[in-house]
Amino acid sequence: MATATKTGVTSYATPNEREVVVTRVVDAPRRLVFAAWTDPRHIPNWLLGPEGWMMPVCELDLRPGGAWRYVWRKADGSEMTMGGLVREVTPPERLVTTERWGPEWPETINTLTLTESGGRTTITLTITYPSKAARDAALETGMKGGMDESFARLDRLVQSLA
Amino acid sequence: MATDSLSVTLSALADPTRRAILLRLAQGPATVKELSAPFAMSGPAVSKHLRVLERAGLIQQGREAQWRPRTLEAGPIREVAEWASGFKQFWDASYARLDAYLDHLKRQEKPDGHRH
Repeated sequence: MATATKTGVTSYATPNEREVVVTRVVDAPRRLVFAAWTDPRHIPNWLLGPEGWMMPVCELDLRPGGAWRYVWRKADGSEMTMGGLVREVTPPERLVTTERWGPEWPETINTLTLTESGGRTTITLTITYPSKAARDAALETGMKGGMDESFARLDRLVQSLA
Repeated sequence: MATDSLSVTLSALADPTRRAILLRLAQGPATVKELSAPFAMSGPAVSKHLRVLERAGLIQQGREAQWRPRTLEAGPIREVAEWASGFKQFWDASYARLDAYLDHLKRQEKPDGHRH
């Protein structure tokens, strides 16, 4: 289990074959953090990844069985869509969702837990992949699928072009 | 079926023959005949793969020469690199923004005050 105690640092851990655990400590009470994570008015203000992306579509039906769908877009028209279902929601401490990029990609289960201490909140996001191969591919190249030799070489090509 | 550009690119890349074709084209333009040579498959089967790559914007067909060589288009691959190789980059950047956004939310709750 990864433990982070400082703010401003994200830690990444792979405690077993199928999981990635992302941990971050923020200087805010967890009810605010939970709101930032789960309220579509707040989410597009921060869950944007690298510079240059916006989130023009942010839908989240925050109840068990509810659907979520996020669409990111860049000025050049590039788009990225993710979606899934809400499995469990316990404000302000826990949220379990499923996530996939598209029908051809394996589904992950994402478990968010928030613990508060002294006004600070530890955010623990556990992403569970269907297999070790899928997890490693997502971590190493981000592509959820096999890592055969041509994929590995293509990945190096991609790095040289990017 | 997802139709955003990244999904289309990733679908096109989800096949070892098509990835091999792209790697060959990374070395320079090639004709359909040259691209077919390493594969134990018919010309039409290779052409089908080429059409998938073309639709995804990953390759272009030259017009100047009558044998119409294919060339690699790097744009969509860069997009994949940016998004897909950036798991850590995604979370590092998002969380940095979350820090600032939470400060903003805290200030909204206490419009006149300092925290300490």
